[in-house]
Amino acid sequence: MSKCYINNNIRKLRFNTNEITQQELADKTGVTRQTIVAIENGKYSPTLELAFRIARVFNVPLDEVFSFNTEDDTNKSTDKKSI
Amino acid sequence: MDNKEKQILVSSISMLLIFAIYSLVVYNKYIAHNFEILNDFKFWGKTFLILIPVTIIAEIIIHIVFAIVNKIVTNEDMDTLNDERDKLIDLKAIQISHWVFTGGFLLSMVTLAIGLPPYAMFITLITSGFISSIISTIAKIYFYRKGI
Repeated sequence: MSKCYINNNIRKLRFNTNEITQQELADKTGVTRQTIVAIENGKYSPTLELAFRIARVFNVPLDEVFSFNTEDDTNKSTDKKSI
Repeated sequence: MDNKEKQILVSSISMLLIFAIYSLVVYNKYIAHNFEILNDFKFWGKTFLILIPVTIIAEIIIHIVFAIVNKIVTNEDMDTLNDERDKLIDLKAIQISHWVFTGGFLLSMVTLAIGLPPYAMFITLITSGFISSIISTIAKIYFYRKGI
C-alpha cells in the first residue's frame, strides 16, 4: 500500500476568513492551539469530526480544507511536470 | 516547549523524585536494619500499597505548586483542555509503556523460574513499573514534538 499524505489549506483559509488566529480557530473547534498548529504543519491528521468542524468554521466544503494524496499521485504529478 | 510538554516533564521529574525518596525512606526505615524483611511478603505488600497513595498525593501537590509558579513566571494559565490529539498521544504512550511493563513482568517470572529469591521478583516488578512510566513520558514528548 502506498504512503498517504493529507494536505490542508488551513493557513490560507484563516487568512481569507478575517485573518482569524490559530487560537480563535482552536476555540471555535474545541481543541487546543497546539493541535491546530500540528494540523497546519502536517504533523497530525484530525478525526473526521474535527475536520468537519474546521470546514464549518470556514463555511466551505471539506475537500476545500483537506486534500488526500498517495505517494503514487505525487509521483504522477512530478512525472507530468517533467514531461 | 509548550505547556503540555512542561506538564509531562514536571510529572515525570516529580515521579522520579517521589520514587527515589520513597525507596530511600523504606530502605533506611526497614531494610537497613533487617535484610531478612526482604523475604517477608507482608512487607512487599505494604510497600506497594503505600506507594500508590503517596505518589498520587505528592503529584497533586507538585502540580498545584507548578501551576502557581508557572502563572507567576509566565503569566499563562495551564492547559486544562484534553483534546483528541492529547488523548491519542496518551493512548499510544500507554500502549508502549504497557509492553515495557509486560516485558518486566515476564522478566520477574524468569527470576522466580531460575531460583532467585522472591525479593528479586518484587524488585524487578517495581523497577519495570518505574521504567515503563519513564518510557511513557519519553514517548509522549516524542509524539508531541515529531507528530503522530
